[in-house]
This record gives sequence, C-alpha cells and structure tokens, in this order.
Amino acid sequence: MENKEHIISILVHNKPDVLARIAGTLGGKGYNIESLCVNTTTKYEISKIVMATIGNQATIARIENQLQRLVDVIQVDDLTNVDSIHREMILVRLNFAEDKKEQIKKAIDTYKWKVIVSNDAFVILEITGDKPQIDLALARLEPLGVTDITRTGIVALDLKG
Amino acid sequence: MKLKGSQILLKMLEEEKVDIIFGYPGGSVLDIYDQLYKSNIKHILVRHEQGAVHAADGYARATGKVGVCLVTSGPGATNTVTGIATANMDSIPIVVFTGQVPTALIGNDAFQESDITGITRPCTKHNFLVRSVEELASTIKEAFHIARSGRPGPVLVDLPKNVMATETDYDPASIKIRNYDIFHKPAPKKMAQVLEMLTQAKKPLIMTGGGVILGKAAAELTELARLYQIPVTGTLMGLGSFPGTDPLWLGMLGMHGTFYANMAVSHCDLLIAVGVRFDDRVTGTIETFAANAKIIQIDIDPSSINRNVVVELPIIGDTKATLRDMIKFLAEHNYTPLPTERSEWLKQTAEWREKVPLTYCQNGQVIKPQYVIETLRKLTKGNVIVTTEVGQNQMWTAQFFQFDKPNTFITSGGLGTMGYGLPAAIGVKCAFPDKQVVDIAGDGSIQMNIQELATAAQYNISVKIVLLNNGYLGMVRQWQELFYEKRYSHTDMSYAPDFVKLAEAYGIVGLRAIKPGEVEPVLQKGLSIDKPVLMDFQVSREECVYPMVRPGESISEMELGTREMIN
Ligand SMILES: Cc1ncc(C[n+]2csc(CCOP(=O)(O)OP(=O)(O)O)c2C)c(N)n1
Repeated sequence: MENKEHIISILVHNKPDVLARIAGTLGGKGYNIESLCVNTTTKYEISKIVMATIGNQATIARIENQLQRLVDVIQVDDLTNVDSIHREMILVRLNFAEDKKEQIKKAIDTYKWKVIVSNDAFVILEITGDKPQIDLALARLEPLGVTDITRTGIVALDLKG
Repeated sequence: MKLKGSQILLKMLEEEKVDIIFGYPGGSVLDIYDQLYKSNIKHILVRHEQGAVHAADGYARATGKVGVCLVTSGPGATNTVTGIATANMDSIPIVVFTGQVPTALIGNDAFQESDITGITRPCTKHNFLVRSVEELASTIKEAFHIARSGRPGPVLVDLPKNVMATETDYDPASIKIRNYDIFHKPAPKKMAQVLEMLTQAKKPLIMTGGGVILGKAAAELTELARLYQIPVTGTLMGLGSFPGTDPLWLGMLGMHGTFYANMAVSHCDLLIAVGVRFDDRVTGTIETFAANAKIIQIDIDPSSINRNVVVELPIIGDTKATLRDMIKFLAEHNYTPLPTERSEWLKQTAEWREKVPLTYCQNGQVIKPQYVIETLRKLTKGNVIVTTEVGQNQMWTAQFFQFDKPNTFITSGGLGTMGYGLPAAIGVKCAFPDKQVVDIAGDGSIQMNIQELATAAQYNISVKIVLLNNGYLGMVRQWQELFYEKRYSHTDMSYAPDFVKLAEAYGIVGLRAIKPGEVEPVLQKGLSIDKPVLMDFQVSREECVYPMVRPGESISEMELGTREMIN
C-alpha cells in the first residue's frame, strides 16, 4: 500500500486539552502530523481540526479509529479520496532592497498578489491557494528575498456537504 | 441547596451508588476526608496508592460495577499511574479522584503539584481537571458514565483544593451530561454473511476474549458454541467466559496456550473471534496466525478491528447483543452443521488433546506449582474468585485452574503488572465478603505490594494468598534458561523475608508447605480460617511453563518441555 498525504477533518467538542489529546493519540502511536489547523465552528462549543498526515490506507484507517475512541471527538472524515477543496494561506514579508524593489512590484502586478501592508520599507502579501498553488507562489517569491513568512495548515471542505 | 465542593462529591458518589472507596489521604484532599468522616460510604485505607487503584480495579472486574479511589495530589496522584495503566490496558471501569493544588497555584510548581491529567492522558479513557465548583457535579456524573459506557476504561478526575472548599447550588435533578452510549444496531446483512461462512466451514473455532466478560456475553457465547458444537479457545482475559470443564473447551491459546488450542487455531477454517484484540502474545507471528481461516471479529471498539490481524468480516457492536442476534438468525435460517464434518473436526481436536495434554509431573519430594493449583481447584471445586500476580504463577493458573464462570479470574493481562494480585484480591473480597478469594502469587510479585497485608489485617479482609515460592523471578528466569543459556542475570530472589513470619508480623496467619504431602492440609487449613492467610508453598525452583511459543514464532511451533516433565 502506498504512503501518501491524507487530509483528515475532525469535529470535536471544544474542551480543554482536546488538541493535546489528539496530538498525543497520534504522537504516542508513532504517527506524524504534517500540518494542522484548528478553530471553532459557527458554534463556540464545537471546533474543527483539519490535519494532514502521511500514511497508507490501513494506517489512516487505524488513525481514524484511534481518534474516534477519544471522548471529545464527534466525527472523523478522511477528505483525501472524496471531492473536497483544500486551501492554505501564507503571509509573506518582502523588504524593498534597492536592487529588488522593481522586481517585487512587477511580480505583485503579474501574479495579482494581495497586498495587505505596504510602505517604503516592505510589503506584506497574503496568498491563498491549494498546496501546488502555494508551492508555486513560494518558488516565485524565493528570488525576491523573503524576509519572513508564516504558513497555515490546510483547511478543507467536503463538496458533498 | 448550597453545598461545598467536597459535599457535592460525596452526594454524587451516593447518586452513583458507590458503596466503597479505596483511598489514601493527604493535604489537598483534607476537605474530602473531613466529609468522609461523617459519611456512610465505606473507605478502605490502603498502604500505597497503587494498591488503591488495583483494589478498585479488582472490585470492578468482579462486580462489573465502577471501582472508585481517592488520593492526594503530587506523589499520591503519580503513585496511581501504574494502576491506571493496568486498568486501561484491560478496559476496566474505574474512577480515580486525585487532589490538586488550588487553581490559582496550578502551573506554579507548587508544593505537591503534578500535572496528573497530562501524565495520565495516554493511559486513561478520559480525564478531567475540574476548574470550578459549578462544573463539579456534571463532571463526576460524566466520569462515571464514560468509565462504564461503550468500551469501558479508567477515568481520572482532578480536584483542586479550592474547588472542594467553595460553595455552589446543588440540584442533582438538573445535572445534564452528554450521552456516550453506543446503541446496538442489528446488522442482518452481516448475519447473513455469518450464516454463509458457517455453512461453508468444516472446521470452525470460537475464540473468546475479555470483551465477552466485559460485555456480560458469556451465556450467549456458551449457548452459541454448544448449540452448534463449535470448539472454543480463549485469551487470558477471556478465561471464564466459557466453562473450563466443558468438553468443547480447548484451553487458552497463544504463547503459553495448550498444544490443542494452538493447533486448532492454526488448522481451523473459520475463526469467530469475540471481544479480542489479537495481542502479540496471543497470535505469535501474524503471518501464520489462523493462516487457513476466514475470520469473523466481533468487537464494540472499531479500533480493535483490523489492527493486528486482517479479518474478513468485522462486526462492530456490543458482544452480547451481537451474539444474541447471531443465535436468533442462525436458528431462524435453520443452520445445521453437517454432522460428519463437525464430528471429524471434534475428533481431530480430541486427538491433539490426547497427544499432548496439559500436564506436569508431581514426583519426588519437591512441590510442583501446578500441583498446588490443581489441589486448590479440587478443594474449592472452583467455587472461588482467583486473582494472580504476573509471571509463571499467572500462566499456570490460566492453564490449570479451569475457570467455569466469568468474573472469577482476575489478572493483569495487557500490562502484566506485578503486584496486582494482592490489592486486587482485597478489592474483590470487599465486594464479595462471603466468597473465597485467593491470590495466586509469585515471591517476586507479592513483594511489590506486600504492604497491603496491613490493609487486609486492619479490616480483616480475609483474602488467601497462595504463594508459589520458587526463589526466582521465575518467568524471567525461564526466558534466561531457554534463550540466554541459563545465564540467570539478576533473577535469583532467594534472599527474601520469611513469609510466614512476615505474615505474622502483619497480624495475619502464615502457613508453610515444603513437601508435596503438605500441600493439601495447608490449603485446607488456610481456606478454612476466617482471617487473611498467607500460604508459603516452597515449590520446585526451576519448573518452566509449557507449552511455550518462542517470541517471533508461529503458534503452531511450540516447545513442549522434556519427556520427563510431560509424562
Ligand atoms: C512491575 C513489573 N516489573 C517487571 C516485570 C517483568 N516480569 C514479568 S514476570 C516477572 C517475574 C515474576 O516473578 P514472580 O513474581 O516471582 O513470579 P514467578 O514467575 O516466579 O511465578 C518479571 C520480573 C513485570 N511484569 N512487572
């Protein structure tokens, strides 16, 4: 069975320690969390955790079962093989070094990047997209001199609803 | 009604019909102990917090109810960890209340603070830190509910000192909690598959585990096996879920399973596994386990299914309800096994049994440990609840005692905790004061919680300890004999107290048997005294448990011991 990235969506009761329990359940059994996104849903008492982890189908099934055992877990879905959309976001800061300034401005125009802060010294961009889009953006940003970056985990939604 | 946290705790324990608590006081639970002073709930003062948890666990295994313990913060709480992990591995419903420093001090490394919810997160079913008195009553109710619902397990509730001292309104009628019950859904499609698989099977075998005892499904399992003449084997945790004296019973399987049980598993063409999790001690090498069989697995916990062994037909559900559905479905569809095929299979298992029976040789002037166990069984007619320690004593008990009823064999299976048997026996005896309760012990294990003899003495909890004293950490020595060319590295424990004098020093009765002829009289005497008794049987020092499957081998490949031993 082939190892690949799986996006797992977990609906939980927003209780103290719930994230520690989930992380502990995976870590304690030797599974790695590649990326993570957690926040409340429209109800404060219910949170959604979207997590990327790598494994084969059997490993993922085991992870799902282990998670289901946790008292605060309401539902676990593997969004990998169902129609779903995935998004990540990065915030990037580019300093206007003399030799890069024109290049940066041109790139922002060309790629239609969203500028959220801009002054004489630097810009901060907000870019969202699925993983390949973000990876592509990162490749394009690289030569412009990224001074700081933060990248979210994956958020995902199942198209069936 | 306005009550303090400590009063609410006791009220809630009454609501949950708790009749006994095993505990040990300390600074952060003083308020609770002050309430206990005025309460009708019985409290057993153990001598070590580990003992409190094992006692609550033994109580739970024998009664099927939730066991309760209460300890102080810091070291009191950390001392419970082995007990909690023991209960967790075997899915035993207990609730452990720990004291905690006041909420304002949590996180400050205050005196006797420990992050016990953090420490026990991986070894509890769930745990709670009660942050305010308002959430206390519902948290306690939830804790009990979680401990006993679905796949049971230990729940820890951490109680900061100030929460116990603060007042709030208490109204038991208004407490609402989430429901964790799993409702049984009949699965007719799966039952049709069971019928089909059974119809095709020539050599079916049932494998019963702890889930049958926890799910109170022993009667259903027995009915199914007897109705259709299907032989039965069981895991350590499943012993007692099918009568050990029934001709269909093949004994335990796995590392120290019987020859005939392991052969039957290796040759069966259909394995109906109920309430088991296919531990590596049971399966041997996975690739060869039940290699000729299709497997039906019934378990309440989806995470037990397809974890170690891939099964053809998983059925997730309560063991009792599922077996009942199965019996009904098979009857409605007139399932009848082909008589010649079934009798051939039963003949085959009988031949294996005859070829290599479970046996030992009581000759000479040295007591064989197995003989002590067989004599105990003979004298009590099995009418006894047995706990064990861990090691050879545990395996010989599993092999030779022939448990007929569920909840009568109480042992630490998953974690294998030495020191479990004595405090567990105390818990069992508290639940059933009129029953004979015996801890079959090894001399290494008994010393791990020997302090609980004082507990037994103080309350005259008349447990009987059958000490199989071989002066070794016997099971480890056995591995050294077989796999490390008899290099007995640090397993000789012949430096030990005089156990009879030790018993007397604790104020209980001590007896000793040195010759085989003394075994029966000592047992008879020990069992007849209405006080705790420690019986020291000086047994053959280098006896091994056989059969034995070498770790990493197929369970059909067993070491059977020498001829001298087995005839
Ligand atoms: C707390 C703990 N420590 C270590 C072990 C490892 N261990 C397993 S069996 C055993 C020997 C037990 O010796 P004893 O209680 O004398 O029983 P015997 O095997 O001789 O019957 C040991 C040390 C264990 N199971 N539990």
